[in-house]
Amino acid sequence: MKLKTILMAASVAALAHTAQAEGVKVGMITTLSGGGAGLGIDVRDGFMLAIAQSGSTDIEVVIEDDQRKPDVAVQLADRMIQSDKVDILTGIIWSNLAMAVVPSATAQGKFYLSPNAGPSPLAGAGCHPNYFNVAWQNDNLHEAAGAYSNDAGYSNTFILAPNYPAGQDALTGFKRFFEGALAGEIYTKLGQTDYAAEIAQIRASGADSVFFFLPGGMGISFLKQYADSGVDLPLVGPAFSFDQGILQAVGDAALGVMNTSQWNKDIDNAANAAFVTSFQAEYGRLPSLYASQGFDTANLLLSAMAVADVNDADAFRAALEAANFDSVRGDFAFASNHHPIQDIYVREVIKEGDVYTNRIVATGLTDHSNAYVAECSM
Amino acid sequence: MSLILIIEQTLNGIQFGVMLFLMAAGLTLIFGVMGVINLAHGSLYMIGAFAAAAVAGATGSFLLALAASLVVAAIAGALIELTVMRRLYDRDHLDQVLATFALILIFSEGTRWAFGSFPLFLDIPDALSGPITLPFGVQYPLYRLAIIGIGLVVALGLFALISRTRIGMQIRAGESDREMIGALGVNISVLYTLVFALGAALAGFAGALIGAIQSVQVGMGEPVLILAFVVVVIGGIGSIKGALVGALLVGLTDTLGRFLLPSFFGLFMEPSSAMSVGSSLSSMSIYILMAAVLLFKPTGLYGSA
Amino acid sequence: MQREQLINATTLLALLAVPLWAWYVDEPFTITLATKVAIFALAGVGLNLALGLGGLVSFGHAAFFGIGGYAMGILASHAQTYTPLASWPFLLEGTKSMPVIWLVAMVMSGLAALAVGALSLRTTGVYFIMITLAFGQMFFYFAISWPAYGGEDGLSIYVRNGFPGLNTLDPIQFFMLCYVLLAVVLFFFARLAKSPFGMALNAARQNDERVQTVGITPYRLRLVAFVISGAVTGLAGALFADLNRFVSPTMLSWQTSGEIMVFIILGGVGRLYGPVIGAGLFIMLEHFLGGLSEFWHVYLGVLLLLVVLFARGGLIGLLAGKEVAHD
Repeated sequence: MKLKTILMAASVAALAHTAQAEGVKVGMITTLSGGGAGLGIDVRDGFMLAIAQSGSTDIEVVIEDDQRKPDVAVQLADRMIQSDKVDILTGIIWSNLAMAVVPSATAQGKFYLSPNAGPSPLAGAGCHPNYFNVAWQNDNLHEAAGAYSNDAGYSNTFILAPNYPAGQDALTGFKRFFEGALAGEIYTKLGQTDYAAEIAQIRASGADSVFFFLPGGMGISFLKQYADSGVDLPLVGPAFSFDQGILQAVGDAALGVMNTSQWNKDIDNAANAAFVTSFQAEYGRLPSLYASQGFDTANLLLSAMAVADVNDADAFRAALEAANFDSVRGDFAFASNHHPIQDIYVREVIKEGDVYTNRIVATGLTDHSNAYVAECSM
Repeated sequence: MSLILIIEQTLNGIQFGVMLFLMAAGLTLIFGVMGVINLAHGSLYMIGAFAAAAVAGATGSFLLALAASLVVAAIAGALIELTVMRRLYDRDHLDQVLATFALILIFSEGTRWAFGSFPLFLDIPDALSGPITLPFGVQYPLYRLAIIGIGLVVALGLFALISRTRIGMQIRAGESDREMIGALGVNISVLYTLVFALGAALAGFAGALIGAIQSVQVGMGEPVLILAFVVVVIGGIGSIKGALVGALLVGLTDTLGRFLLPSFFGLFMEPSSAMSVGSSLSSMSIYILMAAVLLFKPTGLYGSA
Repeated sequence: MQREQLINATTLLALLAVPLWAWYVDEPFTITLATKVAIFALAGVGLNLALGLGGLVSFGHAAFFGIGGYAMGILASHAQTYTPLASWPFLLEGTKSMPVIWLVAMVMSGLAALAVGALSLRTTGVYFIMITLAFGQMFFYFAISWPAYGGEDGLSIYVRNGFPGLNTLDPIQFFMLCYVLLAVVLFFFARLAKSPFGMALNAARQNDERVQTVGITPYRLRLVAFVISGAVTGLAGALFADLNRFVSPTMLSWQTSGEIMVFIILGGVGRLYGPVIGAGLFIMLEHFLGGLSEFWHVYLGVLLLLVVLFARGGLIGLLAGKEVAHD
C-alpha cells in the first residue's frame, strides 16, 4: 500500500496527535453515488488521508452514501446517532441536505463539523454551539468575487445564478461587496444545461464583466457555450465551477477565468505542500478544494481530540473553537458563529502541461468573516 | 429589447427544438412501430455522449466521435431490443415502464462504474468553433447553426426514409396493422431491431452533438427524456411530423419564455420579485403549453385517436 | 386465494413484530426502518388503487407524495414560528396536530390529483404515462423555484408533530401510528375493491366499452379512483415528512414516482398487499446492498429487470402461485 510511504513522509505532523484522547466515533454522511459523487469522494478521501496520517487508533469513521437525497441523509443520521452511537457527524456536501440533518443532530447533542455546505440560516438565527463549519459560509466566495470585481475596475456587471437558495445567497453575497452597477440579473433553472438564451442577454446588455455561480455540470455547460459564443467579457466566479475535478471537462474554455477560493494547491505553507504531495501519491490525482476541506476537517477534529475528551462536551467545544491545527489554507480561526475567518484568494485558470489547474493571482478579501455573526445569539 | 436579441433568441429556441426533435423522433418511432414506451432513451443519449467523448479523447477527431456515438448507441439499442424489449411487446405498458426504469439504473451507475464520477471532456471541432455574423448584425455561434442544419437534414432524411424506402413502407405498415405486416412475409423481429437501433442511434447522436457544448456526465439524459416526452405528447405519438412541430414549439416556448416572462413581469413589479415570479413561471411554461394542447387535442397535434 | 391471504397476514404481522422486537432489544434504527416501510407501503397502496385496480399507470404520484409532505411542512413551520398562513379573507393558523395535518394533506393532494387527473384521463396508455410524468415535473420545478418555503433547501421542522395522547417522538409510538393508518387504509381498500365502485373500476380496466354500455362513465370512475389514490399517497407524504422532520422537492422528483412504482412491481401488481411486501423488500435491499457497494443501484436494476421479465406476479406471485394474477 502506498499509504505507508506517506505515513513516513508526513509523520512529523502526525506525532503531535497520537498523545491521548478517548475513542471517538465519527459518522460521515456524504455523496458517493449519482451526479455529485465526485465532491463527496474528494471530501472523504481528504478526510481519511488526514486520519491515516495521524496514525490515531482511537478514532473510528463510519462512512455512508446519502445519494444526494435529503431523506436518505436524515435517516442515515438517525441510524448513526441511534444505532452506531457516533459522537460526531460530518461529510455533507449540499446545503439542502445540511439543512435537513444539522438542526436535529445538534439538537440531540451531537457535534457536526461541516466540510462543505454553509447555508446562511445555520450561520445566523439557526446557529448552534455544536455546529462548526470548516469550509466557508455560503456567501463568502461570492463576496470575494464582488470585492475582486471592484479591484479589477468593473463598473457594470451581469450576474446570474440558479434559482434556488444557494443561488440567491450567491447573488446577495456578490452584491454585498460589489460597488458598481448591474447590467442584468438572471436566475436560471436549477440543473439547466443550455445557456444560449442567457448568453444572448449578456451580449445585448452592454455589461463590462460577468459574475456567475453555476456549480457542477451547469458551470461546465455555461463555460463551453460562453467561450463559443464570441462574447469576450471577462468572467468572475466562485471556485466551484473551476475545481480540479471538473476543470478537465471544461478544457480551454476555462483558461484565464478568475475565480475566488479559500484554498489552492500553491498556497505556500508546509502543511499544504505535504498535503498536495501525499494526496497525489495516495490517490493518483491532484487534490481539489473539497479534498482540502475534508483534510482540514479531520485535522481540526484530531486537534480537539488531542486536548479534550469528546464526552466532555464543553471542553471539546472549546478545543474545537481554538482551531489549533495546521490548516492547509494557512491562517484559520473561527468567528463567534463557528464559521471560518480566513483569506479568500483570487485564482486564475492555467494549464500545467496537460492538466488544467489554478494559480493564485491576488487576495480578494483578507481575514474575512461572514455577514451573519450578529444574527447568531450563542 | 432589440431586434438582434429577439432574432438570436429565436435561433436559440430553434436549435433547442431541433435537438429535442432528435430525441423525440426516436421515441415516437419506437412507440409508433412497436407500441412500447422506452424510458431508457435518455440513457442512450448519455451513452452516445460518453462514446463520443471517449473516442474524441483517444483520436482527437470529432467526426470519428460522432460516428462512434451513432454506432455505439445503435448497438446498445439493438442489444436492449434483443435482450429485454422483445419480451415486453405483448405486455402492458407498466411492465415496459418498469423494465426500462431498471435499465436507467443499470446504465447510469454502470457508466459511473466505467468512467468514474467526474464529467468527461468533449469539445466542438475547431472548424465549427466561434461565432459568425448573420444578416442584421446578429452574432451567432457557428456550431449551433450547424446543429440546426444537421437536425433539419436528419428530419428530411427521416421523412424520405419513411415515405420513399422499403423499410419505411414496412414501418408505416407496422404502425397501422402489426399483424398484417407479419402475414405479408416481412421479418418482423429484424424490422423491430432495426427500428429500435435507429431510434437509439438518433438519441446517441443528439447526445454527442449536445455533449460538445454541455457537460458529459451521468444522468444527463433524463431531463432531456422528460422534455422529449412533452414533445411527443404535444406532437402526437407515432408522428415524425408531430415530433418536429412539437419540438420546435417546446424549444421556442422554453427559450423565449425564459427571457420574455421576467421582463414582462418587470413592467408592473419590482425587479427582484419579477425575476423570481418570472423564472418560476418560465420553468413551468412548457408544461402549461402541454396542458393547453391536451385540452383541445387529447391525442396531440398530429396524433390519431 | 387462501395462500395469498396467509401471506398477507404474515406480512402484516412481520411488519408489526420486527419493530416490537427492535423496541424490546433497544434498536431504535430498526424501528425507523420499519416506519419507513409502513409509510412507503401506504404510498404504494395509494398508487396501487389507480394502477392495479384502475389500470392507470401514473408516473407522477411523487407530486401527491410531495404535496402531502409540504402540507405538513408549511402548516408546522407556521405553527413553529407563530405566524399565520394567511390573515385574509379569514385568519388561517399553522398547526402541529397530526390529524389536522393529515386532513389538509389529503385534501390538498386530492385536489391536485383532481386537476392532474381531469386533464390526463382524457388520454390513455402511453400518453397517460408521459403526461403524468410531465405534470409531476411541473410540480417539482415549481417547488424548487418557489422561494417562500425554502426552495430546493426544503423545510426543516425541529420537533415532530403531535398526536393526542401519544408521544410521537418515541420511535415505536410513531411507528404504531403509521402502522395503524396503513392497516385502516388496507381494510378500506379491500372493501372498496369489492364494492360496486371497485368492481366497475376493475371492469373498466379490462373492457372499457362494456362498462360504457351499462351506462357507467369510465372517465368519472377513473377520476374518482385517481383522486382517492392521490389523497392516500399524499397522506403517506405527510407521514414521511414527519418521519424525517423535513420536506424538500426531492419528494416530488420523478425518481420518487419510479420508486413508488417499484414497490408495487416487487410485491405484485394489483394485489392489495403487493406494495407492503415490495416496500419491505426495497428497504431491505437498500439497507443491505447499499452497505455492499456504492454501485448498488446496478444490482437493484438487474433484480428489478429480472422480476419484470420472469416473475410477473412479483414476490406474492412467486409465493402464492400465478393463478390469481390480475390478468
